[in-house]
Amino acid sequence: MTTDQPLLIAKGVTKHYGARTGCEDVSFELYPGEILAVVGESGSGKTTLLNGLSCRLPLTGGQVSYRMRDGTLRNLASLTEAERRFLMRTDWGFVHQNPADGLRMRVSAGANIGERMMAVGVRHYGRIRETADDWLTRVEINAGRIDENPASFSGGMRQRLQIARNLVSHPRLVFMDEPTGGLDVSVQARLLDLLRALVGEMGLSAILVTHDLAVARLLSHRMMVMKDGRVVETGLTDRVLDDPRHPYTQLLVASILEV
Amino acid sequence: MTGSLPAYNFAYLDEETKRMIRRAILKAVAIPGYQVPFASREMPMPYGWGTGGVQVTASIIGPDDVLKVIDQGSDDTTNAVSIRAFFANVANVAVTTKTAEATVIQTRHRIPETPLREGQTLVYQVPIPEPLRFLEPRETETRIMHALEEYGLMHVKLYEDIAKNGHIATTYAYPVKVEGRYVMDPSPIPKFDNPKMDDCPALQLFGAGREQRIYAIPPHTRIESLDFEDHPFRVQEFDRPCGLCGATGVYLDEIVTDDRGGRLYACSDTDYCEERRMAGHSGPAL
Repeated sequence: MTTDQPLLIAKGVTKHYGARTGCEDVSFELYPGEILAVVGESGSGKTTLLNGLSCRLPLTGGQVSYRMRDGTLRNLASLTEAERRFLMRTDWGFVHQNPADGLRMRVSAGANIGERMMAVGVRHYGRIRETADDWLTRVEINAGRIDENPASFSGGMRQRLQIARNLVSHPRLVFMDEPTGGLDVSVQARLLDLLRALVGEMGLSAILVTHDLAVARLLSHRMMVMKDGRVVETGLTDRVLDDPRHPYTQLLVASILEV
Repeated sequence: MTGSLPAYNFAYLDEETKRMIRRAILKAVAIPGYQVPFASREMPMPYGWGTGGVQVTASIIGPDDVLKVIDQGSDDTTNAVSIRAFFANVANVAVTTKTAEATVIQTRHRIPETPLREGQTLVYQVPIPEPLRFLEPRETETRIMHALEEYGLMHVKLYEDIAKNGHIATTYAYPVKVEGRYVMDPSPIPKFDNPKMDDCPALQLFGAGREQRIYAIPPHTRIESLDFEDHPFRVQEFDRPCGLCGATGVYLDEIVTDDRGGRLYACSDTDYCEERRMAGHSGPAL
C-alpha cells in the first residue's frame, strides 16, 4: 500500500441525539502514519465524533470509509458485525481516557496484553507470555508485575498497560480519547514520550481527541478544532497553533497558561 | 385422569409444557452445544436442586423407561433419592441404580464409569449454562460472542489459571468445544469426565432451570476440551486404587473416616463400586 492513498475517509459525519447535535457534517481524510488531533472544549462533540468514526456509535448521517489491509476501501457501515468486530480487535486500537474502561480489571496484566492474541487464535501459552513480557518492557512496566491485576497498578501504569494491550496486535489505526486525562503532569510527559516513540516506530495512524493543546502539539501532525459539533478550523498543527485564524481557535490558543 | 386425586399429568408437567420443552430439546439436538432458551416452570423443589434436569427428564420419560438418578456419582444422596422418588410417584416408572439397566439417567455433576450405550439418555442438571459468564457479565454480549465464534476470552481464563497456578487449575466445569463450533459448559462435572463426552453413543441433554436454557450433545459428537499447545488438557490422576473395590482409573471421593486424619478414597460412582464388589473385587481398605 502506498502512503498517497488515505487510510480513512470521513464524509459529512453527523450524529444527533434526538434534537441535540453531537457532531455535524465533519469531513476529513487521514493518511497512513498521520496523527490527527481533534481539539475543542468539553461538549464540542470530539468524543461523539471519535465514537462515530470507530463504529462505537451509529451515525445519523454521513459515511466513514476505511482502507482494509488488502487495499480495498470499504464503507464501515456496510461491514458485517463479524468483520467490524474483527477490525476493532486486530487492525484498530482504542485507548480510553479511563483505563478501567479499556482493561479487564480482574485478570492479570499478562492476560490483558495476551487477549488480542488469543482472540485471533494463538494457542501457545509460552509465546503469549513472551510477547506480554516484551510489551510490558516496551511500555516501561516492570515485567515482574506480569501476573498482577491492573487494579493494583497506578493510573499511569494502567494507561500504559492499556496502550500495550491495544498495540500488541500491530494495529494500523488507533483512536485515543484523552489518553493523558487524569494523570499528573510528570506522568503525562512520560506517557507522551512513550506514545511518540511507539507511534513513530510502528508507523501508526491515530486520531487523538484532547482538550490539551500541548498534547496535540507534541503528538499530532494535523489538527481539527471543533466548536458546537462543527469543525471550525483545520490545518497543520504548528500552523493552527502559531497562526490561528478562527476567532474561537485564537481564544483557545490565547487561553493556554504561560509558565 | 380419574378419581378425586389431584389431577397430576403423567410425569408431573402438563402436555403443553412438555411439548414446549421437547421443541427446545429438538432445537438443541439440531445445533449441538447451542443454548436454547425455554420457559422454565416452577417445580416442587428449589432452584439449584435440579429443576432444569427434572423438567428435561419429565418431558422425555415414557412409561417404559427405566430411570436412574445420581448425585455426584452416588445413587443414595439426598438429591438423587428425592428426584428418583419424585418420578416413581408422578410417573410411576421403573427406577434402578444400575447404569446398564437405565434408559434415562439424570445426573448431578458426574458421568457414570460404566460406558454408556446407544439408546440411553443422560440428563445433566446445570447451574450456570454460560461458559463465558464469569468473564463477560452481559448476556447480550455473550450471545454475540457465541454467534460470531469469538472464544478468545475462554483462553484468557485458562491463561490466568496457568499464570497463577503453573498449570490449568480448572478441575470442574471445564469448557469444551462441541463439534468444532460452540463452546459449552459441561456443567460442573470433574474434568476427569470430559473425555467420556466425546463420541459418546448416548444422547446427552443439559437443563438449566433457573437460567432457562437447554442444550444438548447428540450421540457420536466430537467434544474437545480447550487447552494450550504447550499446556495440553489432562485429566486428574489418582495415585491409589478405590479403597473398597480396588478399581483404578476411576474418579475417587475422599471420605473422612475419623477425627485423627483417617481418609478413605472410594469410587464416587457407587453403582460401579458395588458391581465390582459383587463380582468379587476388593480394595485395600476392606
